[in-house]
Amino acid sequence: MKITLGPVLFNWPVDKWRDFHFRMAGEADVDAVCLGEVVCAKRLPFIEPALPEVAERYMAAGKEVIFSTLALVMNKAERKALRAVAEMAPEALVEVNDISALAHIEDAPFMAGPFINTYNEAAMAFLARKGAVRACLPPELGDKAIATLTRAGRETGMETEVFAFGRMPLALSARCYHARVHNLSKDGCQFVCEKDADGMDLATLDGEAFLAVNGIQTMSHACMNLAGEVAALKDMGVGALRLSPHDCDMVQVAAVFRALADGAMGPDEAQAKLAGLDLPFPFANGYFHGKPGADWIGRLVDSAAPVKG
Amino acid sequence: MSAMELVCPAGTPAALREAIEAGAHAVYCGFRDETNARNFPGLNFSRPEMEEAIDFAHGRGAKVLVAINTFAQAGNMKLWEQAVDDAAAMGADALILADLGVVDHARARHPDQRLHLSVQASASSPEAIGFYVREFGIRRVVLPRVLTLPEIAALNEQIECETEVFVFGGLCVMAEGRCLLSSYATGKSPNMNGVCSPPSHVAYSERDGGEMVSRLGNFTINTFAAGEKAGYPTLCKGRFEAAGRRLYVFEDPTSLNAVDMLAEFRDAGVTALKIEGRQRSKAYVRQVVGDFRRAVDALQTTGETARTSLASLSEGAQETQGVYRKTWR
Repeated sequence: MKITLGPVLFNWPVDKWRDFHFRMAGEADVDAVCLGEVVCAKRLPFIEPALPEVAERYMAAGKEVIFSTLALVMNKAERKALRAVAEMAPEALVEVNDISALAHIEDAPFMAGPFINTYNEAAMAFLARKGAVRACLPPELGDKAIATLTRAGRETGMETEVFAFGRMPLALSARCYHARVHNLSKDGCQFVCEKDADGMDLATLDGEAFLAVNGIQTMSHACMNLAGEVAALKDMGVGALRLSPHDCDMVQVAAVFRALADGAMGPDEAQAKLAGLDLPFPFANGYFHGKPGADWIGRLVDSAAPVKG
Repeated sequence: MSAMELVCPAGTPAALREAIEAGAHAVYCGFRDETNARNFPGLNFSRPEMEEAIDFAHGRGAKVLVAINTFAQAGNMKLWEQAVDDAAAMGADALILADLGVVDHARARHPDQRLHLSVQASASSPEAIGFYVREFGIRRVVLPRVLTLPEIAALNEQIECETEVFVFGGLCVMAEGRCLLSSYATGKSPNMNGVCSPPSHVAYSERDGGEMVSRLGNFTINTFAAGEKAGYPTLCKGRFEAAGRRLYVFEDPTSLNAVDMLAEFRDAGVTALKIEGRQRSKAYVRQVVGDFRRAVDALQTTGETARTSLASLSEGAQETQGVYRKTWR
């Protein structure tokens, strides 16, 4: 089972973004990395100058580099940004996050990202006919659907990837909520999302931690953590695990999931190590078990498992 | 120039008759299962009801558009494929589809059937729409509610199919078909189950001092002072706390009303106007459809939009023209 580092979904200053990737390229045991801006086209000019250098580092380290498109495309600037990425195919593997990209990719292999609705075998078969070689499945799919799609993928030559770590991408909007919460307009946003390296916490009026805001994107408050499910995913034949970058020791996160994937570490030890990251949000794995995505389904005897909070 | 087509909600056979009597050019409805995005108890059509509804509509010169617009569940394709096959066999004027697998099936099995792309497909660019037109012969796209009026006008210049826009009713602020908020809190989602913030997971309670609390799953969606009207806890319509502020983070409690923009939609090249509300009462459907039909007819005769009495029917006190005006920018 391979390990993919997903695209950085947050607005990190370019120096932080570059240093993060340099460290991951040098130290992290991952097979592939997705690069590019997925959430907001306005952020793109900041990371663009650093992209080639970062991509080269990963390639030199023997990692597969995948270029991710924007997920929501409406205006000219967004369409242009998406097109620039999509047209890197077939020289590079492109992660398609909006159907728009398929208009630019002709007869080249591509990857369907988690923002593409790959919910069933028929959708998968269609995407495979268009050239898809892998799909990172929507995070809300449960174990049965993942197993069915993985089986179906074997017949069509398409691999499945499962979102295994990180705050879950839950929604996209034309509206920027970072800007709105700070009383700014979207056009005059002052890039206020840069303040929140892991997204801005959103709580209920009763103080329950609930969601996280990342510009036009709404994410889960809890962090997806499928460490306890890696063995099951491996049995199903899932091709890759996606780790979504956060402002924490992602080299360590990658090491834990690699060890799990290789059967070199048990789930209890893995959970203890992940708990040791001291992330400011709890873990959740409910979707996998057919429950609300916010739920944590722990093992019966497991004192190291984090509790839902 | 022909009049814009008024596409009206029909949650039940009774609402369908009401909408057509009130002047709907077309109605949209779905089967009573997870294949349609308004899979609520007490709504939707059995197979015999759908057949009768289509007969009734066609007898009065109205069209029936059948929404099969959720995403087929892995391992259960048959339910969606059967819905497509049945609706086509019954003579539906169009199928409103979202899922790549379902639309692929419809195109392969029923090449002559008119297909519309649901708002749930979230096709928001000329490239995405063009892709669906080329691959599946899509004849009309229901535009995602993320586009401004100028963007819609520009879009219509660049695509080879009709467009339909929402003009009245509840308002999704998220890109539809790409929103997992409901399942995060309840396990049930629009994409997979055809429900958002389902009533089965809603609870209201009263606290000391008369404060009302509305909850969805394990989360408080809003609190209301004694005497304040407690709205339904649709997740994205809730009041939350972020960056030290307590506010309606995603959208104020407003309802879409674009009746004043009909001439602009016409000039932007829009073919059809959609009214939301398959969960609404017959009385609501009758009034909204009637008012909009008068507005569409007046526009056709005089070239101008007639002001109507719709405001009283909005969800809250407040109305919005949504993202169509660039106020979100």
